[in-house]
Amino acid sequence: MLIIPCPYCGERPELEFSYGGQAHIDRPLAPTDLNDEEWNEYLYVRANPKGRHAERWRHIHGCARFFNAVRDTRTDHILATYKVGEPAPEIPA
Amino acid sequence: MFETRIASPFSGESGAITAVAPLGRAVLRCREADIGRVSDKLGLALPQAACRSESNGPNSALWLGPDEWLLLNADMQDGWVPGLAARLDGELCSLVDVSHRQVALSIDGERAEEILASGCALNLSLRAFPVGMCTRTMYARAEIVLWRTGPRSFYLDVWRSFARYVEALLREAESEV
Amino acid sequence: MTNGNFRMPSGGRIDRSRPLRFSFDGRNYSGFDGDTVASALLANGVHLVGRSFKYHRPRGIMGAGPDEPNALIGVRRDQERYTPNLLATQTELYEGLDAVSQNRHPSLEKDRMAVNDKFSRFIPAGFYYKTFMWPRKAWDRLFEPRIRAAAGLGIAPSEPDPDSYAQRYAHCDVLVIGAGPAGLTAAMEAAKSGAQVILCDDRSAMGGSLLAAKQVTIEGAPAARWLAGTLDSLAGMANVTLLPRTSAFGYYPHNWIGLAQKLTDHLADAPPGQPRERLWQVRARQVVIAAGAIERPLVFPDNDRPGIMLADAARTYLQQYGVAVGRKIVVVAAHDNGYRTAHELKDAGIEIAVIADIRGDSPVAARARQAGFRVLTGAAIDGTSGKLRVASITLTSGRKRETVACDAVLMAGGLTPSVHLFSQSRGKLAWDEHLQAYLPDQSAEAERSAGACRGHFALDEALADGAEAGRLAAEAAGFAFRPAAPVYTCAVAHPIGGGGHIGAAPTSDPAKPKAFVDWQNDVTAADILLAAREGFLSIEHVKRYTTTGMATDQGKLSNINALGIVSEATGRSIPEIGLTTFRAPYTPISFGTLAGRARRDLLDPARITAINDWAAQQGAVFEDVGNWKRAHFFPKDREDMHAAVARECLAVRERVGIFDASTLGKIEIVGPDAAEFMNRFYVNAWMKLGVGKCRYGVLLREDGFVLDDGVVGRLAPDRFHVTTTTGGAARVLGMMEDYLQTEWSDLDVWLTSTTEQWSVIAVQGPKAREVIEPLVEGLDLSPEALPHMSIADAQICGVPMRLMRVSFTGELGYEVNVPSGYGAMVWQAIWERGQAHGMVAYGTETMHVLRAEKGFIIIGQETDGTVTPDDAGLAWAIGKAKPDFVGKRSLARPAMTDPDRKQLVGLLTRDPHIVLEEGAQIVASGAVGASIGHVTSAYHSSVLGKSIALAMVRGGRARLGERLEVPMPGGAVAVDVVAPIFLDPKGDRVHV
Repeated sequence: MLIIPCPYCGERPELEFSYGGQAHIDRPLAPTDLNDEEWNEYLYVRANPKGRHAERWRHIHGCARFFNAVRDTRTDHILATYKVGEPAPEIPA
Repeated sequence: MFETRIASPFSGESGAITAVAPLGRAVLRCREADIGRVSDKLGLALPQAACRSESNGPNSALWLGPDEWLLLNADMQDGWVPGLAARLDGELCSLVDVSHRQVALSIDGERAEEILASGCALNLSLRAFPVGMCTRTMYARAEIVLWRTGPRSFYLDVWRSFARYVEALLREAESEV
Repeated sequence: MTNGNFRMPSGGRIDRSRPLRFSFDGRNYSGFDGDTVASALLANGVHLVGRSFKYHRPRGIMGAGPDEPNALIGVRRDQERYTPNLLATQTELYEGLDAVSQNRHPSLEKDRMAVNDKFSRFIPAGFYYKTFMWPRKAWDRLFEPRIRAAAGLGIAPSEPDPDSYAQRYAHCDVLVIGAGPAGLTAAMEAAKSGAQVILCDDRSAMGGSLLAAKQVTIEGAPAARWLAGTLDSLAGMANVTLLPRTSAFGYYPHNWIGLAQKLTDHLADAPPGQPRERLWQVRARQVVIAAGAIERPLVFPDNDRPGIMLADAARTYLQQYGVAVGRKIVVVAAHDNGYRTAHELKDAGIEIAVIADIRGDSPVAARARQAGFRVLTGAAIDGTSGKLRVASITLTSGRKRETVACDAVLMAGGLTPSVHLFSQSRGKLAWDEHLQAYLPDQSAEAERSAGACRGHFALDEALADGAEAGRLAAEAAGFAFRPAAPVYTCAVAHPIGGGGHIGAAPTSDPAKPKAFVDWQNDVTAADILLAAREGFLSIEHVKRYTTTGMATDQGKLSNINALGIVSEATGRSIPEIGLTTFRAPYTPISFGTLAGRARRDLLDPARITAINDWAAQQGAVFEDVGNWKRAHFFPKDREDMHAAVARECLAVRERVGIFDASTLGKIEIVGPDAAEFMNRFYVNAWMKLGVGKCRYGVLLREDGFVLDDGVVGRLAPDRFHVTTTTGGAARVLGMMEDYLQTEWSDLDVWLTSTTEQWSVIAVQGPKAREVIEPLVEGLDLSPEALPHMSIADAQICGVPMRLMRVSFTGELGYEVNVPSGYGAMVWQAIWERGQAHGMVAYGTETMHVLRAEKGFIIIGQETDGTVTPDDAGLAWAIGKAKPDFVGKRSLARPAMTDPDRKQLVGLLTRDPHIVLEEGAQIVASGAVGASIGHVTSAYHSSVLGKSIALAMVRGGRARLGERLEVPMPGGAVAVDVVAPIFLDPKGDRVHV
């Protein structure tokens, strides 16, 4: 079970969190302006990197906030967590 | 004409685990900028530090999230929440009565931490979870609100439908020697 | 030592004042407190303890710890308590212990499956893959059942486990795994810093190799005294938790370690009601792995006869248990530890016939000769004899071949560091050419290894290495500590030394097939060579093809030798071949430990409403809906479900029924932007919904498919009461929070779950108003004042009420919401009033039938995640003028508007008595082949006197009046397609 540093509550066990998929995908402000191809891209196309991945988590059984995390998918190490709306932090390699 | 006592789902047994008498509860939500004014109107300082509580007489405010507090009132009266709502009239906030959504147990004594550790994954040592700390978390497969009210005392709030599940597991843990 | 008694007259850590009786395969034996089943059997001269898995060859005790491959036993306590596959080497003796051997038919001495051994050349590696390929039918009928009968270790217990199992989460600064020399000093140094320390060890006594140390002093004190003092000090420190009988079985991400603690298995009489085992889930800031090392066997022909065992195990049996494993012993060595064992056994008066060292002459061999041993160097091991116990060994040294009579052969093949947990932690191993061993290299977690598990085998090195690891771990956990690590001065009469061999030992007769590599899975050197010849190069493939290392011991003894054989056969180095994955658990643990308290009623939370107890008293039959227990129906006078539901349905339509709808999800949406939020989230238009009014809401996922539905009431301009399905409550709230927190932070609105704040008492039927009206205060229930789809706060029975006039039955109906602490009281009051009006209580089945008569969908029954609002006949609910709502854009994709999509229709069977099966496929009449739809709901309607069904059918709305067929095992059922509403199509009944 991972330890996830919630940006609000600090380090908490994974069982308090739910996973929310890839981060930094904004819902289009006017979806009807998008053609089918663009809408398909927004709806279904996601990255699946081996390595660093910015992803959404929710501290659902804690402060209930969504936040973002950079996780290394090879090691499950969480390199950074940050609040919704903040840019992904620069992390030295 | 009608018996308006609030029914308890708990077994009524005692020991280290006891049912807490009915409480008034409300969930308060408001933006950070408004916390000071809302606190003043409530007559209760809403804690802004994560997972901390403030008490004033029978009333307490437990930080559950950066814009969410669980307000507790030890003198359970159906009129308490409407009274708070009247005080907050005109404020940009949300106040919802959840007095009956949850029921509470108190876990006390030397073995309190150990009993809770049967199903709660948090570090409950005084160093990591000091008196006054409160949080939503999980006990086994039920979500709870856990609040340390003393060095050897915890208050545990759980949604009513999970009450018997949580009580049964806690009592099994209590029975371990 | 008398005949049959191999207990030494003195020595060992057993309590000779406490003899214990026990039985093995029905024969009675005695041992002492402090024995394991293995040591007690050996003390009675019993080596034969099992039959091998594939060839059913007789097998003896090989080890003294968790590496034991052969001595698997079943232990029976009583009729209900039987545990198979316990290691005799780890099973503590208690008075009356009743053990049986496994994998033998009918007895260890006479095993009829031993015929497999005779035909072994016909059962090579990959035998099953190669042999049972055809004919296809024979596999199902003949081969598989027989193979399954022969496979498996032990017999599963037949009764439910009567014991209880506990679980506990724990947190510490430093977790030390293994209480041998390195683990003890690590724990001590870490504890001195003030860090919270947990020290665990899988044995009953802590000390590891120190428990069997002889002629060893540490800091001038005999090892036993130093050990006792150290354990006393640790036990006296408030920041140290000692967990004996506790196996660290799994290392999970972020320093999350699983420990399995045995609590009562060592007791003759377990205290009633107390847990048998406890699972510890430990989160450690820092971990010190001090798991020690395991001695390797030597691979030579017929190396598996009872009496052939690991040298250090024999030394342990002597020094820790006071047991001689034989009277005339041969030591075969590739490592100096064989000499240490020989010296200690000889010092105890046991005859060592010969030491055969496969290596050349060395100082340690010369010293042994000086001490009076006969030593053969450069020896080849050609085979052994003996039926149920080794009787001789044949050795070649130089040009001389000789057969030496013996009753035990001790193997010292070298030491393999236990890197299992390190490897599980995703740490990287590195091959150490000098030690010929894989050692921990790069860590992936906050851990460090210490002592023998990273190649520090000598006692003084292990003690110092442990101390340093403990100090560094405490420091890394944030505990400043004095700089100098202690140095331990040790005097050791017979040092462990060095050396070792990997792969098959030299033999003059390499054609002999039975040189075992993996004892538990019966894999020989020849099998591995065959795999290499057949082109299996990766060790992962060799493992699966030959099954080496795949038994319950996970190759603790075999993996490295298998690597050596593949390396030699393919000419590639061991690092090139790789290493198989180490998986949890390190040693087998019970299902009970993993399940813990989550059994029977506590398997999963059973969520119950405030009305649950009343329903149970009324004899309701319950069904599970998610985690909820819901009353399914209320049988009277031994009615079956069909009869009860028929009665309940008629009563609701004719009079009035009461239904517990408390499980419906409820969300209170508050804030000036509440209506705007609803408008963006649900398909419906909300801005103009009046205060006090309700509307049926439909919610889509962003992909356009129906996710949930429910009635929404507006309580105030800035306050909505939203209901969801029972199963969708958490999902809908989570999705709302997602949009609100991450997309629409511009909105001033907040969400609060009120699902459990309210008990919801549905009162439905023509008499509903008459029943509740006298109980309600402060609200006019007349149809003019409170029409269908209204919501209002008032009082009932003297408590607050939120009343919704809504109907999921098609009848006049109310949903009485009261604070759940008053739910049972208000229900009882309504129930009592209802009796004069012929009220029935009804359950979820009747609710389903009543709504199906009206064609109301149920999410998850009519919908399956691929249904659009239009498919479900709900296009009318969509706010057409809205520029956007969740899922709107997807509804415009071409596939979503295809007229041939499945659409909701009603079905009537030509024969009104036939009730279709839900999920049944539908085909065009007379057509063979493709399904054009499926039945989603089907019931007998007692109200209509016929069977009804809802279905999703391709282009269904264009097929009204068509005849279709539902193919069933008894023949096709003819159905007519009708509109999905069977009763009161105009809705007159709700508007009264």
